Amino acid sequence: MQGPLPDSSPAAPSTHAALPRRHWSYRFLLAAAGVFVVWMLLAGSLNPQEMAVGAAVSLAVAALSLRHLVLLDDLVLSPLLPLHLARYFATFFTALIHANLDVARRVTAPRVRIDPAVVEVHTDLHSDLGKLWLANSITLTPGTLSVDVKDQTLLVHWIDVSPGTNLEVATREIAARFEARLKEFLR
Amino acid sequence: MSGVADVFSFIGDLFLVVGGAFLFLGALGLLRMPDVFNRIQAGTKAATLGALSLLVGVGFQHPEWAGKLALIALFVLITTPVGSSAIARAALLTGLRPWRKAHGEAEEKP
Repeated sequence: MQGPLPDSSPAAPSTHAALPRRHWSYRFLLAAAGVFVVWMLLAGSLNPQEMAVGAAVSLAVAALSLRHLVLLDDLVLSPLLPLHLARYFATFFTALIHANLDVARRVTAPRVRIDPAVVEVHTDLHSDLGKLWLANSITLTPGTLSVDVKDQTLLVHWIDVSPGTNLEVATREIAARFEARLKEFLR
Repeated sequence: MSGVADVFSFIGDLFLVVGGAFLFLGALGLLRMPDVFNRIQAGTKAATLGALSLLVGVGFQHPEWAGKLALIALFVLITTPVGSSAIARAALLTGLRPWRKAHGEAEEKP
């Protein structure tokens, strides 16, 4: 969605300063832990043999995919991460349910009342993972759809710009709610 | 014991029906919206919550699948909006202009 990863293009046409990389072991351990969790959920048992094979496979997968995992650098680990994630998902699911009620209201109305426009939304999140996450959140929020990401600007399709809306304030609000939550655990 | 199972099964049914309803509304949105961007808007949100609701419903009826269902839910949550954005971006890049309401004229069903 946002072009090649910085790693894969020799002269990345990025206009903002690249965020500092972390040591490779950060990515490696995060990825291995993530793959291991997936393995355990799929295996669905705490059988020691299952866990041993899972650990071996997780380490191998993390090692083999290490160069593609730059994205993981953007995740900020802290003891509060579960709390931050919980708060983000609370905000997110509220928005998703609102979005669906909004869709339900629009498509069942006798006349489809929409007044769409494409607006630009500025974001303060600088990392690729941060912008990806924000764009995804915006897509699942009532009335908005992320169309493109360029540097610090998201292009957002907005389904109902009622006349008289203060565009600048309103577009700010699209991103602000999620941004505040995401900034807690993403760069 | 069977009482608890019955209650779980009933809650599961509720989630399945709600999920089906949202998916239906999403499909209705695909038919009624005027252009690709608005269709994606309606389709994405409904498909995401509809699918999640179905997964939760199945989870209530088969609690032993909870781990796998959670994984599927996570995968749906990550990939659906990415796919939608990619389609919308492709549409914009191929020169498709978003549908605009004709301002100042009588409201008309698009």
